[in-house]
Amino acid sequence: MRPSREVGILGYGVYIPLYRIRGEDIAKVWRRAKERVPIQEKSVPGPDEDSLTLAVEASKNAIKRARIDPSLIGAVYVGSESPPYAVKPAAAVVAEAVGAPPSVIAVDLEFACRAGTTAMQSIVGLVASGMIECGLAVGTDTAQGRPSDELEYTASAGAAAFLLSPKSPETVAYIEGAYSYVTDTPDFWRRDGAYYPSHTFRFTGRPAYFHHTYRAAIGLMEELGLRPSDFDYAVFHQPNVKFPLEAGRMLGFPPEKLKAGLLSGVIGNTYAAATLIGLAAVLDVAKPGQRILAVSFGSGAGSDAFSIVVQDAIERKRRLAPLVVDYLGRKRYVDYATYARYRKKLRMK
Amino acid sequence: MERVFVLGGGATKVGEEWEKSLRQLFVEAALKAVGDAGISLRDVEALYVGNMSSGVLQGQEHLGSLMATWLGIPGVAACKVEGACASGGVAVHQAYLAVASGMYDCVLVGGVEKMTDAVVYDLTTALMMADDYEYAASTGASFVGLNALVYRYYMKKFGVRQEDIAMFAVHDHKYAARNPLAQFQFEVTLERVMKSPLIADPIRLFECAPVSDGAAALVLCSERFAARIGASELVEIAASTMATDTLSLSDRADLTTLRATRLAVERAYKMARIEPSDVDVLEVHDAFTILGVIHLEDLGFAKKGEGWRLVVEGEVERDGRIPTNMSGGLKARGHPVGATGVYQVFEIYQQLKGIAPNQVSDAEVGLAQSVGGVGGTVSISILKRVR
Amino acid sequence: MGVPVPSPPRYWRERRVKYRLLGSVCKSCGRAYYPPRLVCPECGSTELAEVKLPERGRVLSFTVIRTPPRDFLGQEPYVVALIELENGARLLGQVVDVEPEEVEVGMEVESVFRKCREQGEEGIIEYGIKWRPPLLPKSDA
Repeated sequence: MRPSREVGILGYGVYIPLYRIRGEDIAKVWRRAKERVPIQEKSVPGPDEDSLTLAVEASKNAIKRARIDPSLIGAVYVGSESPPYAVKPAAAVVAEAVGAPPSVIAVDLEFACRAGTTAMQSIVGLVASGMIECGLAVGTDTAQGRPSDELEYTASAGAAAFLLSPKSPETVAYIEGAYSYVTDTPDFWRRDGAYYPSHTFRFTGRPAYFHHTYRAAIGLMEELGLRPSDFDYAVFHQPNVKFPLEAGRMLGFPPEKLKAGLLSGVIGNTYAAATLIGLAAVLDVAKPGQRILAVSFGSGAGSDAFSIVVQDAIERKRRLAPLVVDYLGRKRYVDYATYARYRKKLRMK
Repeated sequence: MERVFVLGGGATKVGEEWEKSLRQLFVEAALKAVGDAGISLRDVEALYVGNMSSGVLQGQEHLGSLMATWLGIPGVAACKVEGACASGGVAVHQAYLAVASGMYDCVLVGGVEKMTDAVVYDLTTALMMADDYEYAASTGASFVGLNALVYRYYMKKFGVRQEDIAMFAVHDHKYAARNPLAQFQFEVTLERVMKSPLIADPIRLFECAPVSDGAAALVLCSERFAARIGASELVEIAASTMATDTLSLSDRADLTTLRATRLAVERAYKMARIEPSDVDVLEVHDAFTILGVIHLEDLGFAKKGEGWRLVVEGEVERDGRIPTNMSGGLKARGHPVGATGVYQVFEIYQQLKGIAPNQVSDAEVGLAQSVGGVGGTVSISILKRVR
Repeated sequence: MGVPVPSPPRYWRERRVKYRLLGSVCKSCGRAYYPPRLVCPECGSTELAEVKLPERGRVLSFTVIRTPPRDFLGQEPYVVALIELENGARLLGQVVDVEPEEVEVGMEVESVFRKCREQGEEGIIEYGIKWRPPLLPKSDA
C-alpha cells in the first residue's frame, strides 16, 4: 500500500516507566532455572501509572519534537490491550491532556501487540486523504503477566507516539509504503472478565509470529520492489530477544541491522508499543537517507510492515525530547514483592 | 455595644466516648453550663452550636434545631456555626455578638464533635475539609501533612531542632495529668514523643492532637441579665474577635506565621485595652506542637523563631511568665474539633473564677485562641475578672 | 462514609485545569496563580488571563503521608510537597519516581501526568499532574 500523498513523521516520542524487575528475581520466586530466563529485565509501571498515562507522556514528547501547537491535531488513535477501562476511550483523555481540540477523530484500537502500528496505518490514511493535517498514533500497554507463566518474564510497560503529517522538510522521516497481513489465528487471547491472558506456547511461534511477520515483510518488499540489502535497519515485534533475531534471519537481515531497534532484553515486551519503541530507538540514531523496515505482530493475528526513509530534519529534531536511551538509563529495580504490589497481583479484597 | 459576661460553663470529659452520641454530648455539656450559671434553660433566648464534621461523619446537619429540640427549648433562635477546627471559637464570637448587639440577654453557646464513630481514613478525609478540597485534598495531602509542611519549613528557616518544638507535647501532658476532663491524664517524656510513629514526616503521633469526642458549653449574658439574677464575681468577655487568612498554604506569603492570629489578636488587645504582658493565663490551639510554638510568637509572647524557648525554658509553666494550656491543650486535653474553642474559653473562665484544676494564682486576664485549618480562621477571646 | 460523594461531573468540570495545569496571570499586577482565579488576591483586579503554567518548579517544603485519606489508602507512603513554579505560582503536589528519603527542599521537579485516585472500584479514574525529578537538564528548546 502506497498512500496517494506522501506521509511523514512530524514528531515521535516514547515513555518507559522508571521501575525494572530482573528476570532472575522472577525466576527465584518460581524456582525456575536461571538459564531459562528469556530476558535480562523488564519495565514495571508504577502504582499511579496505566496505559493511558504512559500514552500521554509519549504523546507530549512527540508533540515536542513536532514543534506544533496541539490544537492542530486532527486525530488521536490509541492502540492498547490493557486500557484502563473496558468501555471508555483512552483516546478522549489523551486528546484533552495533550491539548487537541474537540474536533478530533479519537478512538481506541485493540489488536494485541499490533494495535499501535495499526493506529499508525489508519493515521497515514487520514493524512494522505487530506481529511486531517496531522494525527497522533499511539501504541501503549501495561501488560499483565500471569504469575509463574512464561510470559510473566516479559510482559512489561511502555508507550510510543507518532505524529504524522504530509511529508515536508519538517518531517523527520516519511513512510514509503505499508503492508498488512491478517488471519484468524488463535495464538494468544484474553476472554472478557479474565484477569490474565492465555497463550498456546509453541503454536505462538511458526503459525503465528513468524508466519505473519514474514508474510507482511515479504508483501511490503515485493510491492515496493525492495530487498533486505536496501534497508539499513530492521525493527520487528519483540516479545523476547530470540524471535526477532530469528525473523531477521528468515528474511535475510543480519543481526547488526536489528541491534539499534531491539530493546526487549532490557525493557521486556511492551506489547502495542514494542515495534514503535524499537522504531523510535532507530530514529534516535539513524542518518538522513537511511531506510528502516518496521514489522509488528499482534496475536489474533496480524502484522503491519512499514518502509520508512529518514529525512534531514531528524538531526535537528531528535534532541527536542528525551531519547529512548534517556528512558533506558533511568531505572530503579524492584523486588518481586514490590512488583506484585505495583501490578495489583495481591488480593486486597 | 452591650457588655458581655460568661455566667457559667460546663463540659464533658474528652475521649473516646463510645456510649455517647453527638446530641447526648451536647446536652450533657449544656446542662452543666446552665447549672453552673444558676439559670433555667427557659432563660436561654438563642443557641449557637459549634461543629465541623457532623454532616460528613454523622450524616447530620441542622444542629441548631436538633440541639434546641433535645434541650427541650425549641423556639429559640439557633444555628450551627462552622469554621473548621475554630468552629467553637467562632461560635463563641457569634454568641458574643448576639449579646453585645443588645438583641439577646441570655445566650447558650456550645461546641460538640463526635469523631470516633468513623475510622481513621475517613477522619483524615473529613479533616482535610478544612483546606481546599479541589486543589489541596486532591493531592492526597492529609491535614497532618499540611502542618508538616509548615514544620519542616519553620525548622529550616530558623534553625530550630524538632526536639525543642516537640517539648510542647510534654508540657501539655504534664497539666492534663491533673485535669479530670482531659483525654490523656498522664505525663509523657520527650523520648516517648520522639519515638512515636511518624504520621506525616516530620510530625510524629505524639505531636498531634488526638481524635476525640466531647462537648463544652457556656452561658453568655448581658449586664442587665446578670443584675436581674443577682450574679456576682463576674467574668467579662473583654474582647471577641476573629479573622481569616487564605485557605491554603500555597497562597501564603510567609509559612511561619498565621496572619489571621495577628489580625485578630491585635484588634482584641486594642478592644480589651491590654498588652501581651497583661495576660495571666493562655489557651493556644496546638493541634500540632509546631502550631503551639508559632501561636506563642504570633500572639506576641515571643519573637519569630523563638517560641520554642518559652516552653523549653519553663515560661509557659503554671508559675511561669505566661502560663499556657493549663487544661492540657489540644494535645492532651483532647481536640473534639468543633468543641475545642469552647473548651478553651471554659478553661479561661474557670481560671478567672479560681476553680481550675491547674489554677494560676491571681489570674485576672485570660486569652483563648481558636484556629481553623492551617490558620484559615482564627478567633480570639479575652476574658477579664470583674471586681 | 463515602462523603464527599464521588462526582463525575465535578471531576469533568476541573479536567482542563488539572490535565494541562492551567492557571491565571493577573493583567494588572502580573502575579501568577494555580488554579485559575476570578479575583486577584494581590491587587483585587478581576482581569485575569488563563495561562498554561510552567512545567518546572522547585520544592519549598515537603512531607511524607503515612496515614492517608480514604481515597488514597494503599498508596502510602507518598510525598506531598509545596512547589513553586518558574513563574512564581505555588501549588501542592505529589512528588513521584523518587524515594521519600531522596526528596530535598530546593530540588527541581517537572510535571507528569498520572493517576490520582479512583471513585471507587466501579467508578471513574481521576487523572492529574504530579511532579518528578527532571528527566533531562533544562533545555532552551
